[in-house]
Amino acid sequence: MSGEAPGILIVGAGPAGTRAAETLVAHGMAAILVDEGQRSGGQIYRQPPQGFTRPAEALYGFEARKARSVHAALASLGEALDYRPGTLVWNIEKGIAHTLGPDGVGRIAFDSIVLATGAMDRVIPFPGWTLPGVFTMGGAQVALKAQGCAIGEPVVFMGTGPLLYLVAYQYVHAGARVAAVLDTSRAGAAIPVLPGLLWGGRTFAKGLWYMTWLRAAGIPVRAGITPVAADGERALEAVLYRDRRGRERRIACTGLGIGYSVKSEVQLAELAGCEMAFDPLAQQWLPEADEDGRALKGSIYLAGDGAGVAGADAAELRGRLAALALLADRGIAIDRALQARLRGRLRRIMRFRNALERALPAPFHLARTLPDETVICRCEAITAGDIRQGRALEPAELNRAKAFTRVGMGRCQGRVCGPAAAQILAAARGCDVAEVGRLRGQAPVKPLSIRAGAAAAVEDRARAASI
Amino acid sequence: MSEPSSTEAACRLVRLAETGRPGVTIHHGGRPLSALAGDTLLTALLCNGVTLRRNEFDGGPRAGFCNMGACQDCWVALEDGSRLRACTTEVWDGMRVHAPDDAP
Repeated sequence: MSGEAPGILIVGAGPAGTRAAETLVAHGMAAILVDEGQRSGGQIYRQPPQGFTRPAEALYGFEARKARSVHAALASLGEALDYRPGTLVWNIEKGIAHTLGPDGVGRIAFDSIVLATGAMDRVIPFPGWTLPGVFTMGGAQVALKAQGCAIGEPVVFMGTGPLLYLVAYQYVHAGARVAAVLDTSRAGAAIPVLPGLLWGGRTFAKGLWYMTWLRAAGIPVRAGITPVAADGERALEAVLYRDRRGRERRIACTGLGIGYSVKSEVQLAELAGCEMAFDPLAQQWLPEADEDGRALKGSIYLAGDGAGVAGADAAELRGRLAALALLADRGIAIDRALQARLRGRLRRIMRFRNALERALPAPFHLARTLPDETVICRCEAITAGDIRQGRALEPAELNRAKAFTRVGMGRCQGRVCGPAAAQILAAARGCDVAEVGRLRGQAPVKPLSIRAGAAAAVEDRARAASI
Repeated sequence: MSEPSSTEAACRLVRLAETGRPGVTIHHGGRPLSALAGDTLLTALLCNGVTLRRNEFDGGPRAGFCNMGACQDCWVALEDGSRLRACTTEVWDGMRVHAPDDAP
């Protein structure tokens, strides 16, 4: 096959998108890789701006070798890949990706697309969470990794999932003052799924290592807590929580990182036409695909955390597998033995991820019982009480609730509040969360300036007139 | 909203590393602020104790949240009227940021 075959578009230059691009180029295929970030690596292997000097070991710790390898893989493709950083894909329809990049709006026609759109923090709102000084766990990590800053002094981390202990460790290691690590899960919760956890021995061991290291460094680590509120007048001054015995506690802090693992960014997959299915373990609607990431219809391939969260190591495997599936579908010879090995490694990771999700489930029950006055949608200050009013609308479905209360209609398109809003509506209606549906993906998936939107519309009209 | 009693009440990012970068000056409501080349606008403003914005609906002070371009809670305006997302925009020397009358 020559390198002339046009029309493959990859969205996202994290570990999955990078490995997909590398695999396609290795088979002589031309591809375009667009990425919202200015530098490749995605969120997990995010590279700081020019002029920063910390080595990879300081930025990525145990993962430094992997981060370097992913960055080098993309750099090595050079001219063989049409790589377009700083470019947002804000809509996908009928084989066209609509973009906003350094030169304004544009369109990229494709006949196959690999979506490697990644993940963001899973958030459960609580009173006071909109105060300045409260960040997501990922946001706290970006501040340190890409900007060399702590989110406050002192800082508290609260939530659950692998990032909780990792970010706290990175902060202490970098010289930040960490007042406490507050875990909503109970340490013992991991025991019933231990056989599954053993599959990911190394990853699990790292988590335990961070926790042990933090305790040895004298950082208070509290498990089985319940968030109560972020407190402050103009900005965060303290976090309030109940300890595992139910006693209310207060810790002074000016920075608070919160998060309950991460959730897939699926808007583009939905706009591209993927069938969506509710995943009870992730408590999220995910695009349906086979083991290699091949969507049920169309020439759409899903890779990395955007196709269901499984972490960075899995993302590299899934990027390769998606590219191999695409190549095979085009009748190009691929290394079947390699494909089988990659699938085997991915299965091992997936077993571990499933066990981990069961061991450390996001405590969505915290959302269901929030006081009515708690802000859920931080874009438009829609409260839990507002959403509960939506249950009177039969059938109580999330998009109806959105139409009437505007929850999920703000600038973030429900990325942040959507999961909690669904839980609140389901609890108010007394039904399973899957029954209230999902906020439908809408273009633009991120805000465009009026100027950019108008330019796209003018271009569309001109195109229509010329047909 | 009560008046700030002290600078301690402001949200601040704290620099821990990478402080050897060249300095740049940005302006917030005409007031010059020191920043470093490679800072995002969110970093530059929060390191100076400037809260980014007020929410249009409840008037509450906001200073970003996700820091990775997802939550859209850090949009600010420049003096030329253009709007940008502070967490994904790097500062430039002489950048002039609009400070609304009700700035938190």
